[in-house]
Amino acid sequence: MTAYALETRALTIGYRRRRQGDVVLARELDLGLQKGKLVGLLGPNGVGKSTLLRTLAGMQKALAGRILLGGQDLATLSPGALARRLSMVLTAAPQPNMMNGYALVALGRHPHSDWLGRLTTEDHKAVAWAISAVSADDLAANPLAELSDGQRQKLMIARALAQEADIMLLDEPTAYLDLPRRVETMQLLKRLARKAERAILVSTHDLDLALRNCDQLWLMRQDDMAIGAPEDLVLQGQLGETFSAAGINFDERLGAFVLDSPRGRRAKVSGDGTEAMWMRRALERSGYNICEESGELEVTRRSRGGAPFWHLRMNGRASEHLTVEAVLEALESEWS
Amino acid sequence: MSQLAGKPAHPAPSERIWTGEAKKQRSAPRAKRGILALRAWQSREFTGAKPMMMLVLLALLGALLLLSLSLGSASIPFDQILSALFSGEAERHAWTSIVLKFRLPKTLTAMLAGMALGVSGLLMQTYFRNPLAEPFVLGVSAGASLGVALVVLTSGAAGGALLAGLGLAGDLLLTATAGLGAAATMGLVLFVALRVQSSVTLLILGLMFGYLVASMVSLLLYFALPERIQAYINWTFGSFSGVTIEQLPILALFVLAGLLLSAALVKPLNALLLGEDYARSLGANLKWARIGIVIATALLVSAVTAFCGPIAFIGLAVPHLCRGLLASADHRLLLPGACLAGACVALCASLIAELPGNNLVLPLNVVTAILGAPVVILVVLRHARGKL
Repeated sequence: MTAYALETRALTIGYRRRRQGDVVLARELDLGLQKGKLVGLLGPNGVGKSTLLRTLAGMQKALAGRILLGGQDLATLSPGALARRLSMVLTAAPQPNMMNGYALVALGRHPHSDWLGRLTTEDHKAVAWAISAVSADDLAANPLAELSDGQRQKLMIARALAQEADIMLLDEPTAYLDLPRRVETMQLLKRLARKAERAILVSTHDLDLALRNCDQLWLMRQDDMAIGAPEDLVLQGQLGETFSAAGINFDERLGAFVLDSPRGRRAKVSGDGTEAMWMRRALERSGYNICEESGELEVTRRSRGGAPFWHLRMNGRASEHLTVEAVLEALESEWS
Repeated sequence: MSQLAGKPAHPAPSERIWTGEAKKQRSAPRAKRGILALRAWQSREFTGAKPMMMLVLLALLGALLLLSLSLGSASIPFDQILSALFSGEAERHAWTSIVLKFRLPKTLTAMLAGMALGVSGLLMQTYFRNPLAEPFVLGVSAGASLGVALVVLTSGAAGGALLAGLGLAGDLLLTATAGLGAAATMGLVLFVALRVQSSVTLLILGLMFGYLVASMVSLLLYFALPERIQAYINWTFGSFSGVTIEQLPILALFVLAGLLLSAALVKPLNALLLGEDYARSLGANLKWARIGIVIATALLVSAVTAFCGPIAFIGLAVPHLCRGLLASADHRLLLPGACLAGACVALCASLIAELPGNNLVLPLNVVTAILGAPVVILVVLRHARGKL
């Protein structure tokens, strides 16, 4: 039997309403988080991801069921004891004035420090370690107001680490970050789960990053939850089922969402270099159906005397163009 | 990420650097971490803060205390002031009584009131995470003014004569009713604080109580006799001179209790800098913090408003002044800082209100704003790094 850092027994989450009865978002959940594992929480907007995280963090009361932290019921833990076992990172990083990175991370030592929050040498070591662990050494002395969203979020993760809790819950920590920062954050979380032996649950809308980095996915849906390794969920078609909407489909081969191909004209792009790939995308974007056989039009990458150009053939006529944009313009004027 | 690999969870970031042995071992990441730890160690955990400013404020407070004791409409030699203070006897009997009966209580009142208003303003701004919050947002001054208005405006002819004739007793009655009014409002706010979940709800309810009570005062004013209205307006100007040496211990008791309670709240206050959700996840007990903050504010502000009237501006400005001067958000620094700076600002205002050399006494509330607003604007602009 696996030992879980966090475990739920028949957990029902939602909101209590006085008049209309309770709003239930998910029923009878039996979940488990293990140390050393990164778990991704995915689901459409409004399905209750944040509510689940807030309930697991003890910020909100469960409607029914129990949450066990290392076998101990969450409801019996004092706020301090809970903070020593579970840390949290939220979507928006706060920006207190007149505070620098080090001071922010040091706040993570609160559950361990005395009534004045004084830091011992041990605390300073934990703070310095947490800052190094997220590679934010160069941010520590900067005032928070001068840092970017991504840098502040990094420090917030360091603060959660400095808390030295086994369990870390993150509610869409990458929502305000650019793509490189999102990739970096997810990889950081994976590394922390492994190397620092944390049980990490992160909710995100970055499907691709979750598929690549998480050890397990919790796929939250209107009435149930699918749990498994990301690859298994893809192969079972669960991801497509959860997220597909009109006009958008999950392509299991690509591991990404694709737009439904409209029934447009058939186009053939010859060649297989980077150039041909981008030309295919441009034609797809403009509503053409890319096919392997001969279509109504054919685009070929050619070169004359070292100068490359696009050769376009349609309706029996041929023309030459220098850029992708020029090809698209020629097509547009032809069909209009 | 070699530093993540080993156990224990956080390997020591090179203690050698603190003991000066760093040069012997020069592996780059280790040295970097060591420097970080060293920097933090030297300036405690809040790098960039200026704790030395505290000494400047302390010296300033000392100077202002002496100044406040030695300046006044009567000119008394400095050595005579000291001998009146310490031996209770000066060359002339009048000097002794001026120093001990008038200047000493006024000076101490200004100091206590400044401390109370500065600290309660800090509590409110941190708890509500709003730079415009001040000690009166919870409706304390409105409650106190209702108490005063009830006495001043509605007492019949006999009551008016009583107020005019008895002087001191009348003042005491005003203080008592103002205190009752403030305490009643704070009781109501506390009752609400026990039940609400978020600080924003509490802020809005506090403001609404204030408006309700203020409208009752307006109603009383509307139907009151003009000379009664003048008496009421005089109270709203604020004054440090109304507290006698016998009443001083009561004020001091309330202020000290409030300050002690605030000191016990520094940790939740620091956690609240990140907002209520994060504060809770850091193990702060928000309910107790909220109740503690409301009680501390009630103790500090009700007593000051009852004895000195609704003194505006100090509670709003002093916390900003402190954050700017100390360059820190840490309440372990800000709380004593707000005490010292609050006392300094109140003493300054009181000195300027009673400009030596003439008999004109300006309303205290006029002075606090005229003196303080430009100073705060300067400090905020100079230290403006992002928003407040």
